[in-house]
Amino acid sequence: MVGFIVAIAILMIIVLSLIGIYNGLIRLRNQVKNAWSQIDVQLKRRHDLIPNLVETAKGYMKHEQDTLKGITEARSKAMGAGSVGDKAKAESELNGAMSKFFLVVENYPDLKANSNFLAVQEELTSTENKIAFARQSYNDQVLFFNNKIQMFPSNVIAGMFNFKENEFFEIEDEAERAVPKVNFS
Amino acid sequence: MWELIRANKRKSLFLFFVMGICLLVLGFFIGGAYAGDDGGFIGLFVAFGIWILMSMISYFRGDSIILMMSRAKKVSYNVHPQLFNVVEEMKLAANLPVMPDIYIIPEEAPNAFAVGKKPEYCAIAVTAGLLERLNRDELQGVIAHEMSHILNRDVLFMTFSGVLLGSIVFLSHVFLRSMWFSGGGSRFRSKSSKGGGQLQLILIVVALIMAILAPLMARLLYLAISRKREYLADASAVRLTRYPEGLACALEKISLNNYEMKTANKATAALYIANPLKPKGMKLSNLTSTHPPMDERIRILRNISHGANFIDYQNAFTSIKGKQNIIPSSGIRERKKINIRTSTAASTQTKSTKKSTRDLGDLMRAVNKYMFLSCACGLKMKLPPNFKKDKISCPRCGRENHVPIAELAAMSGMIAIDEKNDSIQNNEQVKQDSFVYNRTGKGWETFSCRCGSPKQLSPAFNKASFVCNKCGRKIEIKGP
Repeated sequence: MVGFIVAIAILMIIVLSLIGIYNGLIRLRNQVKNAWSQIDVQLKRRHDLIPNLVETAKGYMKHEQDTLKGITEARSKAMGAGSVGDKAKAESELNGAMSKFFLVVENYPDLKANSNFLAVQEELTSTENKIAFARQSYNDQVLFFNNKIQMFPSNVIAGMFNFKENEFFEIEDEAERAVPKVNFS
Repeated sequence: MWELIRANKRKSLFLFFVMGICLLVLGFFIGGAYAGDDGGFIGLFVAFGIWILMSMISYFRGDSIILMMSRAKKVSYNVHPQLFNVVEEMKLAANLPVMPDIYIIPEEAPNAFAVGKKPEYCAIAVTAGLLERLNRDELQGVIAHEMSHILNRDVLFMTFSGVLLGSIVFLSHVFLRSMWFSGGGSRFRSKSSKGGGQLQLILIVVALIMAILAPLMARLLYLAISRKREYLADASAVRLTRYPEGLACALEKISLNNYEMKTANKATAALYIANPLKPKGMKLSNLTSTHPPMDERIRILRNISHGANFIDYQNAFTSIKGKQNIIPSSGIRERKKINIRTSTAASTQTKSTKKSTRDLGDLMRAVNKYMFLSCACGLKMKLPPNFKKDKISCPRCGRENHVPIAELAAMSGMIAIDEKNDSIQNNEQVKQDSFVYNRTGKGWETFSCRCGSPKQLSPAFNKASFVCNKCGRKIEIKGP
């Protein structure tokens, strides 16, 4: 009789801890999902802000039509991208176009003093930061989730219920660091 | 990250119970000193009551009491867009479930604090002086520090242990006073004749010693832990922003300030990012301050060299202060390399002193719901929130100005925060319905956009359209 009760108790403890691990994994997966949706929101927001920026800058930057066109094209490309990998690539292209634009802006003091432009610029800077921070937190969550999936004992549960490891969201360094060519001719 | 928070929670809970037991023991002995054996349990009961009551108050009303005490005003996006953006950035970095409420304290001394029992209900308050002095990166550092306090659940337990400390000090103070005035107390002697006088005497002596020592010990414990938490919050801020220099510069600017905060006091001092009360004696203050010395915090931050993870902060700390664990071991175990980012270029603008003083005044007025009206001559008139007339003559040029009260009120910060998000989501749609304004003459003209923000056209304005900086709507101008 005593042995039976002990067996039941041990069984209960095992079942409860399994449930705990499973719930923990679900919570982590949801956090990863949430972090990803945050990146998405911010990317979309940047896409929304870019036309404003171009509109404001157009009047001042008569001789920089190429730069402005570059941004607009990169934007529409990024908006069409589907998978995580594609998105990362298109977004880093857009990043390149934007940083080029902001370097060019240095030559237009009138534009830099325009209050509309300043407001859009603050929004854009902030959105860029938000994307970076959302990415940072997404990668943190993914690392944490992947660790949990690989480590014992949670890996057993993860295998049973088919939890998959997530991709990191890395922006290619090359594109991010790309310095626009300056032409002095 | 999560294990770190859990470790921190455990420690807080431990502190909370140690201090609570301290209070109970003190209560027991003081009760015993007054009325013998039975009194001990009455004292215990009373102390327990005080503990529960104070904890309840600080749990349910703590944050609003603190915000009220510091005269912080809740503000909306329009008052300071940059502050909102920076807070949202840090919210994303910290993966906080909701956006914290944002408060501005109309004070000149640069400082900030956070309150909130859970990340779901939290608020960050900064002073107007802080916003005026810091650039974007520095502000980000400060906000990240505050966010870390929320994330590490520091605020709740600092309030709790602050309240417990207060109760301990209060109880022993009352006891010592009553002993002093009763001069050893005839009360005590009358009891002792009934037997058990020996015990009574021992209880009185122990209670006396406790009453003197307990507040001191509790305070030292409290201070040591609150200082450790400041370091930990600095480390987490570096991890969140990946830019130690931002926080270091901010702390430097804050420590250079000469103003003392009028609304801070001993009870709330531990919550601020920097001690808001000016130290009187330098040496002693290092031991009894709720905050680690500023120059040390800055030196540690500047000493971080390899990356922005906790281990790097710990290394920098060790090289300056010697071997002492600031970061719980679960944080150290995480060896992933995190690169430090570079400064954002836009943050290196400097303003003239005169302009920054004026901006500071404007910000404080905006916080206090003043309305701003630009006259055609370029003068910016500041109208107090109870201004009701619909016309005002400009004090410089004497021109009669129409006061669009409803629109200005909407501008001056009564707009709900949610509306900002809506306007951004509906941006595409808003841009579709551009609207046309017909100019009546060649002079200055004032009108308002459909979103309510006032617009002014100068005589020199000759473009066909422009974009509203509030809602992004295109406004077309048709000349006469």
